[in-house]
Amino acid sequence: MTAIKQHDLEQTLQEQIRESVANAQPLQIVGNGSKAFYGNASKGEYLKVSEHSGVIDYDPAELVITLRGGCKLHEVEALLAEQGQMFGFEPPHFSEQASIGGMVASGLCGPRRSYAGGIRDYILGIKILDGRGDILSFGGRVIKNVAGFDVSRFMVGTMGTLGALLEVSLRVIPKFETEQTLVFQHASAEQHIQWINELAGQPLPISASLWHQQQSLVRLSGSEQGVSNAVKKTGGEKATDIWPSLREQSHVFYEGQSHIARISLPPTTQFQLDQDQLIEWGGAQRWLVGDNDYPVLRERLQHFGGSLCVYRGASEAVPAFQPLDELLLALQRNLKSKFDPARIFNRGRFYPGL
Amino acid sequence: MNITRQQKLAGLFRAFLNHESVVDQPTSLAAYECDGLSAYRQTPLLVVLPETVEQVQQVVALCDEHRVPIVSRGAGTGLSGGALPHEDGIVLSLTKMDSILNIDALSRTVVVEAGVRNLAVSEAVAHHGLYYAPDPSSQIACTIGGNVAENAGGVHCLKYGLTLHNILGVKLVMSSGELISIDQRSMQSQGYDLLALLIGSEGMLGVVVEITLKLLPIPECARVVMGVFDDVEKAGNSVADIIARGIIPAGIELMDNLAIRAAEDFVHAGYPVEAEAILICELDGTAAEVESQIKRVETVMNASGASETRLAKDEAERLLFWSGRKAAFPAVGRLSPDYYCIDGTIPRKTLGVVLNEIRRLSEAYKLPVANVFHAGDGNLHPLILYDANVEGALEKTEELGSKILQLCIAQGGTITGEHGVGVEKIGEMCLQFSNLERNLFHALRDSFDTNGIMNPGKAIPTMARCAEFNAMHVHDGKLAFPELERF
Repeated sequence: MTAIKQHDLEQTLQEQIRESVANAQPLQIVGNGSKAFYGNASKGEYLKVSEHSGVIDYDPAELVITLRGGCKLHEVEALLAEQGQMFGFEPPHFSEQASIGGMVASGLCGPRRSYAGGIRDYILGIKILDGRGDILSFGGRVIKNVAGFDVSRFMVGTMGTLGALLEVSLRVIPKFETEQTLVFQHASAEQHIQWINELAGQPLPISASLWHQQQSLVRLSGSEQGVSNAVKKTGGEKATDIWPSLREQSHVFYEGQSHIARISLPPTTQFQLDQDQLIEWGGAQRWLVGDNDYPVLRERLQHFGGSLCVYRGASEAVPAFQPLDELLLALQRNLKSKFDPARIFNRGRFYPGL
Repeated sequence: MNITRQQKLAGLFRAFLNHESVVDQPTSLAAYECDGLSAYRQTPLLVVLPETVEQVQQVVALCDEHRVPIVSRGAGTGLSGGALPHEDGIVLSLTKMDSILNIDALSRTVVVEAGVRNLAVSEAVAHHGLYYAPDPSSQIACTIGGNVAENAGGVHCLKYGLTLHNILGVKLVMSSGELISIDQRSMQSQGYDLLALLIGSEGMLGVVVEITLKLLPIPECARVVMGVFDDVEKAGNSVADIIARGIIPAGIELMDNLAIRAAEDFVHAGYPVEAEAILICELDGTAAEVESQIKRVETVMNASGASETRLAKDEAERLLFWSGRKAAFPAVGRLSPDYYCIDGTIPRKTLGVVLNEIRRLSEAYKLPVANVFHAGDGNLHPLILYDANVEGALEKTEELGSKILQLCIAQGGTITGEHGVGVEKIGEMCLQFSNLERNLFHALRDSFDTNGIMNPGKAIPTMARCAEFNAMHVHDGKLAFPELERF
């Protein structure tokens, strides 16, 4: 049985927040810094949450695990694997040190996202310290719960701008009996997107997809029987399991790159790019590396309901996230002020004014 | 009713709406005085039925200017009084906005207006081999807009999720009349995930006018197996055993003896009337997958003490097995002049404890309770049988209902799994959330609706209301369940 360190730091963290509020001192919430590259620069003293660790509750038959935010992701995944379970959204680690709090705050998901849902789809409840140092709980440990606004799901991907995550309850899923990756040839991105979306419209156990340099890869996940029957329908050659390298960006496409951009688009959008790109999530997530004119790309994407995130290499001149329109930004600033009226947490990490 | 105010407002609305789209006649207004929770009734000042997004914007802006409360309403099938009118406000009915705007089979999405019926979506896309997964029992009548407001569930939630898992975008009219568009077709939220906040917000953050839905391929095959048990707890444990084996059924429902007998009497589904409990378990997927899983489910049910398992031999029998479950509410309704449906959720492992306690409460209150249970996700629907014509019976029933909800909280569950808080469970919200948490809800609402015109008085109780509620629940100087852990 994987041992996860039990350590309750709730009170210490609460005191530090209250002190910071009293001194109007901004704070940067940090776990172990595995995703420090993601988002814009912030400022202030560190609020270190990585020591607030431990499993609060895990009953495999309930398909629910409750964790403190400082738990290390790889240890939690090992614990789940012992019970034949896993997180459904295939979160990236980027380091052995990645924590559950960072996973929730960044909201980053791996290849399975487009077929199995994102982190917010698996969140059942949270406990946070808000910008006053108050402890608040929302949701719970049950799958169905519609009491009150869904603050627990709202917290996903907020980049630590609303509060420090103390505890989270997540739904987990059984591991699949088997997985099989298949490779196909498609000359263009358009052909791939057409093909993979037609495939996804059929009752097949697809769990990931990729297009890169004229090759389409698909992963099927399910029972032995189900997957082998699906393979008969899809055809394609068997290929190796490359998905961890996509999730962790250790794939050769990313090698040695200090500038990485993530394009998010409604999947079937025709969006011409005359450069090497890597396409995931059936077309919804497309990656670029190297030098690009981000402002121009952002303007083009805006017309399609898309956005560009400077995933690695954001700067003051080119911020990490696609700018929001005035009305939406004003609303988000307003919402932020309800959690963190003194703007103590992660100032500027997500958007200006948050 | 303030007739002068009513007629003044009607005049303002009729400046941009058809005469008949502004309802002010008492006989017509009566049709809107309650939703599916008919114990609560209130005649609204007016009902307006806009036909376009622009008209909704105009209606809302005007109400904001004149501080007129707005209660948005779809088909009015909600079960918690969320669409109960406000005496000084209007009902904004979205039923005239019932167009399916765009079907995109390749990206498996559909864009609908808020008044489109749930089932109409699946019917409109079936020829593409696609369907919309959330299937609340009212799906023949309920609207997508209402589903979004309530984060509606159904019998297939365990595998396919709630409404929130199947929505990719909305257009929302804010109380200022401004329209915001939230688009997550790219599976990436721009800034904060407003969709998470809006879905299930019971019409308190704005008026959702347009929704983008995710569609799924129709499963190749679906089969049902029924497990028969001489003990409710054994049936409950069997559900945990199935899930612990790594099987996620498309639906798994538990009915107790009273519910079984009522359903059998009503639709003749072939249920064993002597059984203490039955489990109806549906598996779907590819034919091969279903075949291997259904055998495993039968084995597990037998191992966890089923006296018998019955496999629906064909599609007709599958539908027959389901018919009893789907008719459970009206069937129970035949046993008694009235029934009251509760909607708590509990961790599955506490099912035995909770059912025993419900039985004890039922005897103490001398009110029979039938139980139907979305067993896979822990969502319990105890149906309390009572007669509203008996003096004080409704009050007694509501008190029993409240006791059951408090039991759910104490077991680590929640007061509502899928029906919403509305007016019905507003008191219990005081038990489930602290002052600080409820204050945040109110504050978040202010961000969308500064003047508090959107469905005021519902879902989130004020501090004063909670003080009153808690005062009623103090016994011997002690608060009920002071030890509650609410996370």
